Amino acid sequence: MKRFLWIFLAVSLFSLVWVGNVFAQKPTPSDDEVNAVASQMFCPVCENTPLDVCPTQACAQWRELIRTKLSEGWNADQIKQYFATQYGVRVLAEPPRQGLNWLVYIVPPFLIVIGVYILFRAFRSMHTVNQLAGGETEPNGPATDEYTSRIEEELKKRN
Amino acid sequence: MNEGNSTPNAEVEAAPKRGVPIWIQVIIWLLLLGLLAIIAFNMKRSQQGSLKVGDPIQNFTLSFFDGYQFQGKPEINLSDLKGKVVVVNFWASWCKPCEQEAAALESVWKTYESGGQVVFVGVDYVDTEPEARKYLSNFGITFPNGPDVGTKISQYFRITGVPETYFIDQAGNLAYAQIGPFGSESEIQAIIDPLIQK
Repeated sequence: MKRFLWIFLAVSLFSLVWVGNVFAQKPTPSDDEVNAVASQMFCPVCENTPLDVCPTQACAQWRELIRTKLSEGWNADQIKQYFATQYGVRVLAEPPRQGLNWLVYIVPPFLIVIGVYILFRAFRSMHTVNQLAGGETEPNGPATDEYTSRIEEELKKRN
Repeated sequence: MNEGNSTPNAEVEAAPKRGVPIWIQVIIWLLLLGLLAIIAFNMKRSQQGSLKVGDPIQNFTLSFFDGYQFQGKPEINLSDLKGKVVVVNFWASWCKPCEQEAAALESVWKTYESGGQVVFVGVDYVDTEPEARKYLSNFGITFPNGPDVGTKISQYFRITGVPETYFIDQAGNLAYAQIGPFGSESEIQAIIDPLIQK
């Protein structure tokens, strides 16, 4: 009886460890999870095609690699870093903020600020011109109305 | 016309003009010129085209896949191969035309391996390692092969795709560039033999 008890305990213990291992395994990442990372990268061999929608075999292999890395517990940043190291930064949809890449982030906002400033100055100078010229144009208003009313009177007479 | 008769237009003309300070203008122009210079430099680089026959090939280092070695080392430096004909083959496991020439390349490598005058180097271009290993295993490739980490070697050779094969002479200059797959072993040997006899 004692022997059975020991066997029962051993089997129970083994079962617990085995079940624990099963729960510890990560589920296979879904296509959506893979594509969420893949969309942040570009096809290595085709022009301007995001990795998540690219139909080539090279892209399919890369997506499988992403799935493998995700199942190993890597996060998106780690995976992107791995791909950038292996295949160059050109595979990243968003260039890393370093070296000449900074131009991509600095130049467009800088040009927008300059554009806004130029527009602001142009509108302000137009406003100033209108204000200064305003004294001459305003008196013309009633004269125009008088002219219109005379035309209307003449038209009435003809009718 | 006296001052009392000044028109509104004259007042507009007399309004003080506050222009952009000269130092800001200088900075903006300098930035624009710098930007144009960078764009021009990159455009020139991208339009360089392939390497030309006779161009000296700069040194590069290729670390091999596990299980591959050259003279007992797990990597190869081109500068260590002066005096030998070097055949650099760019390939990828996803590349169907590469499969056409894989067996021929291995067969020709076997022909020249013992002579020690010719070295074959396989550069795996934007590939994943498991598939690359499967490819090498399927075609029984024994000459040293490794991944082009960071695509530095392929960028230097300015390859336009795979397969492409570059033949470097004993002096370290480009002797021949094959764009696309080889059709036969004799085609490869016809390029190597004259180089050995130089």
